[in-house]
Amino acid sequence: MKIINLIKLAIQSILRNKFRSLLTMLGIIIGVASVIAMLAIGEGSKISIEENISSMGSNLIMVFPSGERRGGVSLGSSDSKKLTISDCEKIISQCPSIKSVTPLLQTNGQIISGSSNWPTSLRGANEYYFEITNQGIAKGRSFTSEEIRRSSKVCLIGETVKENIFGENSDPIGEKIRFNKIPFEIIGILESKGQSTFGSDQDDILIVPYTTVQKRILAITSIHQIFTSAISETASEQAVKEIEETLRKAHKLTGSEENDFSIRTQEEIMSMLSSTSQVMTTLLAAIASISLLVGGIGIMNIMYVSVTERTREIGLRSAVGGREQDIMWQFLIESIFMSVTGGIIGIILGISIAFSVSHFMNWPINITVDSIFLAFFFASIIGVFFGWYPARKAAKLDPINALRHE
Amino acid sequence: MNKSIISLQSIDKDYYVGDITVRALRAIDMEILEGEFAAIMGASGSGKSTLLNILGCLDKPTNGKYKLDNEPINELNKNQLAHIRNQKIGFIFQSYNLLSKTSALKNVELPLLYNNTVNSKERRERALKALESVNLLDRMFHMPNQLSGGQQQRVAIARSLVNNPVLILADEPTGNLDTRTSYEIMSLFQELNKQGKTIVLVTHETDIAQFTKRNIIYRDGRILKDQKIGNPKNAKVALENLPAEEGFEERN
Repeated sequence: MKIINLIKLAIQSILRNKFRSLLTMLGIIIGVASVIAMLAIGEGSKISIEENISSMGSNLIMVFPSGERRGGVSLGSSDSKKLTISDCEKIISQCPSIKSVTPLLQTNGQIISGSSNWPTSLRGANEYYFEITNQGIAKGRSFTSEEIRRSSKVCLIGETVKENIFGENSDPIGEKIRFNKIPFEIIGILESKGQSTFGSDQDDILIVPYTTVQKRILAITSIHQIFTSAISETASEQAVKEIEETLRKAHKLTGSEENDFSIRTQEEIMSMLSSTSQVMTTLLAAIASISLLVGGIGIMNIMYVSVTERTREIGLRSAVGGREQDIMWQFLIESIFMSVTGGIIGIILGISIAFSVSHFMNWPINITVDSIFLAFFFASIIGVFFGWYPARKAAKLDPINALRHE
Repeated sequence: MNKSIISLQSIDKDYYVGDITVRALRAIDMEILEGEFAAIMGASGSGKSTLLNILGCLDKPTNGKYKLDNEPINELNKNQLAHIRNQKIGFIFQSYNLLSKTSALKNVELPLLYNNTVNSKERRERALKALESVNLLDRMFHMPNQLSGGQQQRVAIARSLVNNPVLILADEPTGNLDTRTSYEIMSLFQELNKQGKTIVLVTHETDIAQFTKRNIIYRDGRILKDQKIGNPKNAKVALENLPAEEGFEERN
């Protein structure tokens, strides 16, 4: 039989049992739609994590002190006094793959201005901080090296701090705020960065010269962390090696002694986080594929019933000249047609689900062409795979018995 | 002499049911020529259904030679047999075997769907012609469940004619019909035979067989009697002579 007639036949037969065909296709529709929606949501979250992290500066390399042991007791890393300004200076002078370095000190406290107050975190850094962390300045200016040298009481504030102290449309440059009773003059407003991947507000921050933190707030000579940026993304691996070498020498660590610091690149964090979301995506897609599989079994079931139901028809077709392969193709095309139609409806439904999720729940989505092809491909394969056995059963029916079938 | 349509030479057919061998046909020799109208008769178990399956190329004999329109059927494979069924044989069944939810026209077109040399336009034309010859043109868009038994069987006859077969095989074509409708169908067969169609029908009713030109009677897998009927009864006349059924609308 000609292929066009086989397709017509399949359509006729599907339309003859509209409701049943729809129910059969529903399995495939739900399967394909969930695969597409799940992949879109998974991919979307992956991309948003990546964007978020690279917004922190994609060449960023962070140096932390490791936790130390004193008399057999492990101490947390935050109180460590192992990193110093001299480490920063050595890194910038001895590591050719490093572009800039900033020391970093962190503390929390209450900001007070007039009658308003707000708890926030304070970061002490030098003027390269903004370049290294990709932090733009919306208004005002950064510190000068003079201000850093003199431990000036100047600060830049984040959007959240500004809103809570001064209100949304205010211009607080030049105003004074107090942090731990120390008055700071606001010299700049930071560009808004929104929420971080970890859910914390990146705009709830106050940035002041690190020297000011060291001398006026914490009264320490060490620093908490070192942020550096490599000259390029590709150089970051080399930069990590150079930093390690320099710091080991500076801390007089010999041979087998463990590093008393740890180095983390942005790339590592990114791959760590995106591998987490990759696992989630794979898991979601796997669950969705199971429903696709169940849909396939549904098709097989219905085709099986259909073959039994149409035994006489098969006998008749055989009697009037239908060859085994004609009968086989008739049923196979019917199941392929159902799964492909179900696949197409499923794709449309899946895309709509993904878009409504992004619209109503504000989740990031990313529908890839790959996922559409993948879902469609699997739907078709399922049609062939699960249609094959019933079709073969139909083709192998003995026409004599089939014609007498009650 | 007319050419041979069916030629059977020492045909055997054995069935194996467990350890028992059932010899359904034993050394059958039979010849049916072009233009014949033969009835194969016999009680159930006489082997007539087995014979019909073999004649219809649905089943193969255990031994012997079968030629249909000079094609050596016993040497053909499954696909070739399907081709023969499509090209040379028209089937008519006791229970009509029309496709449900499919119009009369589409039902008649069915055999031509399996003939790739016929395009859709020709298919439609030939189906219309076949429906015309059974006088059902006005019912061509009706579904089988909207037709009476006699009309359904006439659709089935049109279907058997549509591929211009050399042989029409009818398996108890009147088995499900009342006397009047049976006679109408037989009258149609007589007409087709007059136009030159070779018809073989299987029946166990002698009053149906009397409308044919040759009666072959089977018993226990052998031919018991093979007689020509010089002057068969005319089904149309028989129909007119039937007593009018009071209180019943005439069918058709």
